[in-house]
Amino acid sequence: MDVLYFAWVRERIGVPKEAVETDAKTVTDLVAELRSREERYEAAFADLSALRVAVDQELTDFDASIEGAREVAFFPPMTGG
Amino acid sequence: MKIAVQTEAFDLGAEASALAQGHRDMGAVVTFIGVVRDLAESDLDRMVIEHYPGMTLKAIQAIAEDAKSRWNLGDVLVIHRYGDLAPGEMIMMVGTVAPHRKDAFEAAEYLMDYLKSRAPFWKKEITSDGADWVAAKDEDEDALSRW
Repeated sequence: MDVLYFAWVRERIGVPKEAVETDAKTVTDLVAELRSREERYEAAFADLSALRVAVDQELTDFDASIEGAREVAFFPPMTGG
Repeated sequence: MKIAVQTEAFDLGAEASALAQGHRDMGAVVTFIGVVRDLAESDLDRMVIEHYPGMTLKAIQAIAEDAKSRWNLGDVLVIHRYGDLAPGEMIMMVGTVAPHRKDAFEAAEYLMDYLKSRAPFWKKEITSDGADWVAAKDEDEDALSRW
């Protein structure tokens, strides 16, 4: 699946988008897997309360399933308007 | 219903006129314009607005549809810019058309509250001191609970 990052999450991880091969079943599982990979993920995902997630471009929760998902995006709370 | 996500500036007069024209049964048109303001401690050079291209239009459409289901509206307009914006530039515009002003005003406020916290935009302020992402405010999230 594609994993996308926006705003300071993108800056901490260093890429806007990457293809990730994973058996993770939920967003929480995916986060745990990414955090164990490299320090830059640990830095981005240290405080999950500061993050929001969208699965297939729909805002959702960290306990949401990602089975069959094409796209998961992580970002800080939105500041539109 | 017109929804646009764009880098270019928009023509406020032309957009407001287009929205207001062509109705015989609509007594109220409300428009709101968001403008880049320089309230930072250090001088704001510009604001950079990032968005999530695949999700933004869909998210705004869903918010606009919610507004249309809650209030009696003849039309809805949302324009939101992204990219580099200087202080004083118009960032976004919301417009509502309704038979009565109460629906037009309330729906416009609802659209603004939801666009602030549920449309995937992120603002970064570039000042003489450096660059900082604008943090979401608790009061913006709280504003959603009144609807």
